[in-house]
Amino acid sequence: MARVQGAIVVDRERCKGCEVCVPACPTQVIELANEVNGKGYHYAYMANPDACTGCSNCAIVCPDGVISVYRVKKTA
Amino acid sequence: MDIKDIIKEENLVYSKTKLMTDNVLSYCPGCGHGTAHRIVMEIIDEMGLQSNTIGIAPVGCSVLAYDFMNIDMIQAAHGRAPAVATGVKRTWPDKTVFTYQGDGDLAAIGTAETIHACNRGENITIIFINNGIYGMTGGQMAPTTLEGMKTSTSPHGRDLKKMGNPLKITELIAQLPGTYYVSRQAVHTPAAVRKAKKAIRKAFEIQQENKGLTFVEVVSNCNSGWKLPPVKSNQWMVENMFPFYQLGDIKVDGELVK
Repeated sequence: MARVQGAIVVDRERCKGCEVCVPACPTQVIELANEVNGKGYHYAYMANPDACTGCSNCAIVCPDGVISVYRVKKTA
Repeated sequence: MDIKDIIKEENLVYSKTKLMTDNVLSYCPGCGHGTAHRIVMEIIDEMGLQSNTIGIAPVGCSVLAYDFMNIDMIQAAHGRAPAVATGVKRTWPDKTVFTYQGDGDLAAIGTAETIHACNRGENITIIFINNGIYGMTGGQMAPTTLEGMKTSTSPHGRDLKKMGNPLKITELIAQLPGTYYVSRQAVHTPAAVRKAKKAIRKAFEIQQENKGLTFVEVVSNCNSGWKLPPVKSNQWMVENMFPFYQLGDIKVDGELVK
């Protein structure tokens, strides 16, 4: 088990669904949603939240800067 | 642990810097401009230079850079950003001055301004985004377009006999005595972004030490101009752009890297 647990928050309305974050994720957390946002883009979301380590790779490559990353150390 | 317990202010490790405004970027999905904007702003934020930096926006896709960068900006005429930066830097030598230019701006119409600013060794930083195409006007051939690359004005691919050779302007200006640090980077993967950020930070630090002109090229994609989806355009860039535009430092501390 990972010692850290992460989570990302995607600003859905600003996401352009470019998918650059998907291959950047080392643990395959992110996928594009089937639904679209107000602009008609399939926004990115956490499809597999348990695997997220909060490494920030997705947020670093996001051209539109729509991803915020949170991380906590696991105590148990 | 529940996600709601993780998403709290005290656990935040990364979010968009405050120096990027909340305006929605006008770039196409997956365009490297957004990432390049953000890392430049992150560096200025980390160095505490927000109120002491003047950026020069070019003409091209990034013409609206002043809408996205929350610092003082000037919008220059097409290709004239290094000339405007020269004037700004000579008027306020203690300000950090940088230009942000695309390849149509810097390597085509602005070649004279670029080369002479570099040759004079103006103490500015030039950030050059190279995607090998005129993205804003509809994907026409640029001086940096690769051999055989299809664009709207070279639909059968760039023919070197008719259209000339692609221009490696970064190698060209690295030969000039006025440049102190010249580097070529990319922003398509997390590792590349971190490296590019280091290079641009180094460029700004050298400028603060008044050592000469610093120049960082960022090889980027243009998925609309190249007619590819964003992820595929990044792969195309790795396979085709990088062998010609090789990443890495070209000139460090005023000496060419062999």
